[in-house]
Amino acid sequence: MAETAFPAGADPITNRERDNERIRRGEVDTPSSLLMRFSEPLTLDSGAVLSDWQIGYQTYGRLNEAKSNAVLLCHALTGDQHAANRHPLTGRAGWWETLVGPGRPIDTDRYFVICSNVLGGCSGTTGPASLDPSTGEPYGLDFPVVTIADMVRAQARLVEALGIETLFAVVGGSMGGMQVLQWGVSYGDRVFAALPIAAGTRHSPQNIGFHEVGRQAIMADPDWRGGRYEAAGLRPKKGLSVARMAAHITYVSEAALARKFGRALQDRDMVTYGFDADFQVESYLRHQGSTFVDRFDANSYLYLTRAMDYFDLALQHDGMAANAFLGTMTRWCVISFTSDWLFPTAESRTVVHALNAAAAEVSFVEIETDKGHDAFLLDEPSFDSAVRGFLKGAARARGLPVGAP
Amino acid sequence: MSLAVDASAPPVAPVGDLRVDYDVIAGLIAPNTRILDVGCGDGGLMALLKERHGVRASGIELSPENVARAVARGLSVVQGDADTDLSAYPDNAFDYVILSQTLQATRNPKAVLENLLRIGKRGIVSFPNFGHWTVRTQLLLRGRMPNTGMLPDPWWATQNIHFCTIRDFVELCETMDVDLQRAIAMNRRGRRVTFNAPWWFWNLLGEQAVFLLSK
Repeated sequence: MAETAFPAGADPITNRERDNERIRRGEVDTPSSLLMRFSEPLTLDSGAVLSDWQIGYQTYGRLNEAKSNAVLLCHALTGDQHAANRHPLTGRAGWWETLVGPGRPIDTDRYFVICSNVLGGCSGTTGPASLDPSTGEPYGLDFPVVTIADMVRAQARLVEALGIETLFAVVGGSMGGMQVLQWGVSYGDRVFAALPIAAGTRHSPQNIGFHEVGRQAIMADPDWRGGRYEAAGLRPKKGLSVARMAAHITYVSEAALARKFGRALQDRDMVTYGFDADFQVESYLRHQGSTFVDRFDANSYLYLTRAMDYFDLALQHDGMAANAFLGTMTRWCVISFTSDWLFPTAESRTVVHALNAAAAEVSFVEIETDKGHDAFLLDEPSFDSAVRGFLKGAARARGLPVGAP
Repeated sequence: MSLAVDASAPPVAPVGDLRVDYDVIAGLIAPNTRILDVGCGDGGLMALLKERHGVRASGIELSPENVARAVARGLSVVQGDADTDLSAYPDNAFDYVILSQTLQATRNPKAVLENLLRIGKRGIVSFPNFGHWTVRTQLLLRGRMPNTGMLPDPWWATQNIHFCTIRDFVELCETMDVDLQRAIAMNRRGRRVTFNAPWWFWNLLGEQAVFLLSK
C-alpha cells in the first residue's frame, strides 16, 4: 500500500504549497491572532486616508488593574505580531522568544506585552496585500505609501482601544527601533521607558541603496505584473527571494559568515565548474530566500522598505534630531551591537547625542558580538541582561513590582 | 597662591566600600540639581548623590561591564569616552559635571576640562596627586615609577596617562581662567589636610585632591 500513500497523479509538495498559500492568504485579512477593526479614518503622512482598516496583534501576560504594566513590542521589517507564540504558517517559535516570556527579560509574568503587525504589513494589519473594500481585490500599488510615523499612529489607536493610557515601555529593534524612536517623539507623554535597539535617527544612504536593490529585484520579476500578481494567480517568488538573499547578508557579519560557513562546499568534495550552489553560504542564502517567500508578500516588502527609507527624525524637526526629543520625560536605553554594519554603533550614537542635547534621561550600551545586525533576535546573554536590567530599573521607578534583585 | 584652604568640614572616614572622594564630592553638591558623572564606573557616586541629594544624575563610562551594572541599578549611563563624547552635550546642560579620578586617564585633559565647564555650570574634579611625598621618594630614591595605594598599577598597565600634581592642576586652571572655588586635599583614607597651609605643603602631603571649579 506504500505506493498509494498519496492519491495518484497528485504531487504532495504542490498540495503542501497550496495549503501554505491558502493559510498565508488567510492570515492577511483574517489572521489567527487577535484582530482589532477600526472604522474611524486614519490620516497618513502622505495625506491619504484609510477609512476601514485593521490591526492583527498578540498579547502575552496580564494587564494589571492600574493598566501601568503594558509593554509594546515593535517588530522589524519582516517580522509580525507572533513575537512569543508558534508562527501560524511556519510552525516555528516566536521571533523574540529569547527575550519575551515567563521569567525572560521582558517578563510576561510581570508585564502585559502587546505586539502588533505594522501598517503596510501582510499578517493581519491593513497593507497592500489586504482586500480593498471598494474593489474586493488586493490593494496592490493602490495602497498609499506609509511611513514609520503612520505605523506608530495606528499602534497608538490600538493601545487606546485596549484602554491603556501610558505604556510602561516600547521596545523594538531595527525598523522596530525606528518605531520606538517615533513613539518617543509623537507620543512621548504616553511612554514611560523606551528601548530603541540597532536603529538610528534616519535610514542611511547605504541602507536606502540596499533596499532599492531589493525592490528592483522584485519589480524585475515578470511575475510581479506591476503589483497585480494575485489577480493573475501569480507571485514574484524569484524577485522576492533575491531581495531577501541580498538583505540577509546585511543582517549578519563577515565574521559570522566566516565562522558558520567559511568557504566550505555544500554536499560535495570539489567545485562543479558551474553555477549550482557549490558553497554552503550560497545554499544557506537560497534557503533563506525560498522560505521567506512562503510567508511574506512582495508588495508589502516594497512598502515597508520604503517606510524605513523615508525615516528621518531630523527632517521632521528643522534639521535637528535633538529638537525631536525636546522636553522628553521618557527614560531611554539605546542599544547597539559592535558587528552591526547595517545600523552601526555610530548610528545609535547619533540617537544618544540627540537625546543628550535634549537633556533626556538616557542610557546607552554597546553589546560586543560577532552576530551582526540580527544579534537582537539571537541568544546574546549580555544583550538580555542589559534589557532585563534597564526594564527592572524602570519598573522600580514606575512603582511596578520587580521581585528579587 | 591666595586660595584659602578648606578646613571647615570635619575629616571624613571611608564609608563602607565608598571611595573616599565620593563623600567629599557629595558635600560640594547642592540638592535637587542636575549632575553628569564623567567616568562614573558602575554608578556608585551617582547612586549616592541621588539618595542623599535627590539629584537627577547622568553618567558616562568607558567599560561596557560597568555600564551594564549601572543600567541594571536603574541609573542613566551612556557608554562613551570623555575625550570624544562630551562635545555632543549642549552648553550649561548640567549644574555640576563631575570628573572623579578620571582626568589623568584622558588623552586630552585640557580639552576635557574645557568641555566640563562648558556643559556644566560648575565642575568637580578629583585626581591622585603625583606630587605626594611617597611618589617623590620612590622616584628619587629608587629611580622607579611610583607604586602606591592610589597608583597601584605598574607603568605599562595603568590607565593613567596624564599624571599631574596639585600645583600643576592649579596652574592649568589659571591659564584657562578657571575659578577655583573650593579645594580639598586628602590622604588615601580620606583624612583631609585640614590646617591652613601653602600650596607646596598640600602638594607634598595630599595624596588626592578635589576641586570645585567654575568659569
